[in-house]
Amino acid sequence: MNGIKFLFAAYIATWAIHGGYLLHLVRGFKRLRGELKEVGKAKQQ
Amino acid sequence: MKRAFSILSFVTAVLLVYGLYQALIAAPTERTMGDVQRIFYYHVPSAWTAFCLFFTNLFASIAYLIWKNAKADALAVASAEVGIVFCTIVLITGPIWARPVWGIWWTWDIRLTTTLVLWLIYVAYLMLRRFSDTAQTPVLAAVLAIFGALDVPLVYFSIWFFRTQHPQPVMGKGGSLAPAMLHAFLINLLAFTCFGIMVCWSRYRLEMLRREVEAAHAMESLVGAETSAKASLPLSRSVR
Repeated sequence: MNGIKFLFAAYIATWAIHGGYLLHLVRGFKRLRGELKEVGKAKQQ
Repeated sequence: MKRAFSILSFVTAVLLVYGLYQALIAAPTERTMGDVQRIFYYHVPSAWTAFCLFFTNLFASIAYLIWKNAKADALAVASAEVGIVFCTIVLITGPIWARPVWGIWWTWDIRLTTTLVLWLIYVAYLMLRRFSDTAQTPVLAAVLAIFGALDVPLVYFSIWFFRTQHPQPVMGKGGSLAPAMLHAFLINLLAFTCFGIMVCWSRYRLEMLRREVEAAHAMESLVGAETSAKASLPLSRSVR
């Protein structure tokens, strides 16, 4: 049974999902930190 | 806290790389299934991590219902979301393994069906959190989480109590693994557990940050409303 392509498909899918989710988290942090900074600036003004 | 997170991230990265090496190169090839059996080194640790996260969600939800603690609620959201990510991997890697071994992608077997139901329950949980915006939402979500967690033991024990196509457990109950395979499996189990904790921790921090931003916006609009009310006061007096 030649399962090598299925093996790689499973491993690639796993890391694509984790990578996508981590990217989503990083973008969330970036956006919220920016928003927090803007609110702080508005408060000072 | 930042230092602990950095150490955890480093340890996780090392374990994941070592686990990948063990799974793809060091572990021996299984005699009947061949290389496709190596999917097991990612599939089972992902399922284990998803279960741990769903249990974290259960305990955090119970803690929220008892003490109404906002941190417990944030942990419940974080663990449910990260748990879904790991459960999605289980539901994808399982059929990829099944296709060459069983000859089919999917069958309505008890283990597979209960896992899909588990995934759907937690997707419903996140939908509720996202689209319902009342003060009662965290309470409703916590109750749903408690019922959702009941499906976790059902998924785990289904292969013991029902006749199923899914492979039997490889550890305990008469199952056994070759020592080299067991080593690769345990390393990946540890690596995925650390990775799950790390991602859940990040998601928890993001959730707390989101709440902080929401509170800041609320405060800003409150101050804005107060200022405009003060500004309009002399005008309304002059109108009179």
